[in-house]
Amino acid sequence: MSIHNPPRKWLEAPHGFERLWIGIALLWCLVLSAAMPYWHFKGKQTSAGEAYTVKPGQFEERVSRFVDAYQVDEKNGLPVVAPPPGSDAYLIGKSWQWYPILKLKKGVEYRVHVGSGDYQHGFSLLPMNMNFHVVPGYDHVITLTPTETGEFPIICNEFCGAGHHTMTGLIIVEE
Amino acid sequence: MATNMLTEKMRTCLTTGLNIDLDAQRFIKVNAVAAVVSLLVGAVAAILLALTRWETVGLLDPIDYYKVITLHGLNMLVFWILFMEMAILYFAGTTLLNCRNFSKLLGYGQFALMVIGFLIVNYSILADRATVMMTSYVPLKAEQEFYLGLILFAVGALLGVTNFFGNLYIAKRDKTYKGAMPLVTFGALTAAIIAVFTIVHGAIALIPTWFWSLGLLENAPDGAWYRLIWWGFGHCSQQINVAAMVAVWYFLATLTTGARPLNQTVCRMAFLMYILFINLASAHHLLVDPGVSAPWKMWNTSYALYLAVLASMIHGFTVPAAVECAQRKRGISGLFGWLTRAPWKDPGFSAFFLSLVIFGFGGGITGVTLGTHQINIIAHNTLRIPGHFHVTVAGGTSLAFMGLAYYVIPLIFQKEVPLRKLARIQPYIFAVGICVMAIGMTLAGSLGVPRRHPDVDFTGAKVAVDLGDAAPFLAMVGIGGTIAALGALIFCVLAAWAVFIGKTNKGVMTSWQTPEQTKLTMQLITTSWSPNEKGLKPKGTVVLTFIFLATFAVYYFANWKALVDVWPVK
Repeated sequence: MSIHNPPRKWLEAPHGFERLWIGIALLWCLVLSAAMPYWHFKGKQTSAGEAYTVKPGQFEERVSRFVDAYQVDEKNGLPVVAPPPGSDAYLIGKSWQWYPILKLKKGVEYRVHVGSGDYQHGFSLLPMNMNFHVVPGYDHVITLTPTETGEFPIICNEFCGAGHHTMTGLIIVEE
Repeated sequence: MATNMLTEKMRTCLTTGLNIDLDAQRFIKVNAVAAVVSLLVGAVAAILLALTRWETVGLLDPIDYYKVITLHGLNMLVFWILFMEMAILYFAGTTLLNCRNFSKLLGYGQFALMVIGFLIVNYSILADRATVMMTSYVPLKAEQEFYLGLILFAVGALLGVTNFFGNLYIAKRDKTYKGAMPLVTFGALTAAIIAVFTIVHGAIALIPTWFWSLGLLENAPDGAWYRLIWWGFGHCSQQINVAAMVAVWYFLATLTTGARPLNQTVCRMAFLMYILFINLASAHHLLVDPGVSAPWKMWNTSYALYLAVLASMIHGFTVPAAVECAQRKRGISGLFGWLTRAPWKDPGFSAFFLSLVIFGFGGGITGVTLGTHQINIIAHNTLRIPGHFHVTVAGGTSLAFMGLAYYVIPLIFQKEVPLRKLARIQPYIFAVGICVMAIGMTLAGSLGVPRRHPDVDFTGAKVAVDLGDAAPFLAMVGIGGTIAALGALIFCVLAAWAVFIGKTNKGVMTSWQTPEQTKLTMQLITTSWSPNEKGLKPKGTVVLTFIFLATFAVYYFANWKALVDVWPVK
């Protein structure tokens, strides 16, 4: 009985259908548990969480040095920056935009350093729907390889204050 | 009668024969009323939010939207649920153990602190002093009273938990019951133990944040540290809900069908696994965070093995199996006769069973999938996340608690529920609304629609973004959300009507079931029989669980397939 005391000797092993189900559920849990490490070695997408602490202002400095060195154009009032293929790129989320616009080459791996100048932000790359969390005080290194050309907007999907819904950015990928 | 109960301070329930301590009864009542008030606030907020995210309506401007979503989150996820859980603890620790309430002082302290916390937090949000979302991620800063209100509320809950432990102690000391405690009390104990470490996490995260908001600390706590500790509070509190909800499933299964568990050891072990295997699993909120490594994420989300998931899968079998065996004991045959001839017009049964199905098929499957380390990349902070937790906490826990209320009102308040026809369909209205909304959220989220966002127009943004494809799914969110909120409001009205102006039932509950059904249910509750008798095999449940497993596998592997299509990333 659920609402009454159980019989005096209530300790017993499961049997019948119940035992069958527990066994199958346990097997399924083993599959679930194995899937993550399997993908870690065999798959191409993971979040390694590579990050370095930065002091206030330090990350902004790196971003502006990066923009000064590799700016190639301007679009919608934002600098368009094309880092050398395979190198490091910098992107900062700050009330309320992703800065600058990155121009990358298809099929090349980049280390994109994403940081915040104020609050926590959510880096969300569309339309692939790839999402990473951004925390002030941390340089979050997201190593990615664009596999298609075109313009890919970035939105912010962690609440960051009154202008959160206007926070966007862009990654342009060329051949 | 128990030795530690005074005749003038208790009554015997004329419907169930259980002894009810009058102090405990008072605390059950006041906490249940506070819970319904919180639900009312949350449901009004829910309608505003649903009509905002429905793009064609777009009711609130962004600033109001952020305020109302903070209001909705805290009232629904924290206040409504925790007040209900306090009521459950008083009940499970006294009535089911045939014991008096441990301490009136703790009871009053619990209720007073939680109400003060509730008032302060809601004032702070409504006065535009705390638009920081439920999670209040630093360095977003609310006015100091917001954190203080949350801390007071948590301390109140801790007093309630302490009183519950006190009850277990005096019941054991005075031998008010023989042998092991009833399963429902065991489940409530699980919830109470998880509550202790949950509240400790909340204190560690929020107290320094409160000091910082007061100006006593110069710098905000570290954002990544805050997320780690806060989710020890935020996620574990959901595990309190799960444990309490499962205890309510067992309780309502017994009251509405006369069910009894096939194997007490299995049910209790599954509860025990919740305590042992859930706390570190809160790491699944940090799967795409900086500073925590891939092995850390994988180990902690799964704890090497998904044993808390296993526990829920076990309850997902044992609860319907118990119902099926009880139904077969009545002589109902066929593979699914036990379901088709179940008391679907009893809102206690329909709410509980719908809760079970929605939690398992909706919440469980999406939860494990989204909480898979790599799959989280295509889900984190999108609308898929609220799509998941509305079928766990709303369609699961809240619905189960509503079903519970349809028995608490006649048995504890001793009042008649008015408009009984409406009450009978209320669980269905709520369930349908929640499911439509959650499916809409999941589909919109798969396209990248973010959570915590008033619209997908991006008006005023420097770079235009087009998420127009999500419009039909967001309409589902709006329509489903409105239906669900109306379902919740109907529940609030029925409960308030019954409690404040309803007719007394003089201690004898008017059954929700037909006289014949009621008689058989009472017989199954009071007579001695075993669900393991020959001929009662839960074959239908086995089929259902295999359908569940197949659905799970399809959804899970479809998500891996979706992940393959995105850019390589590490």
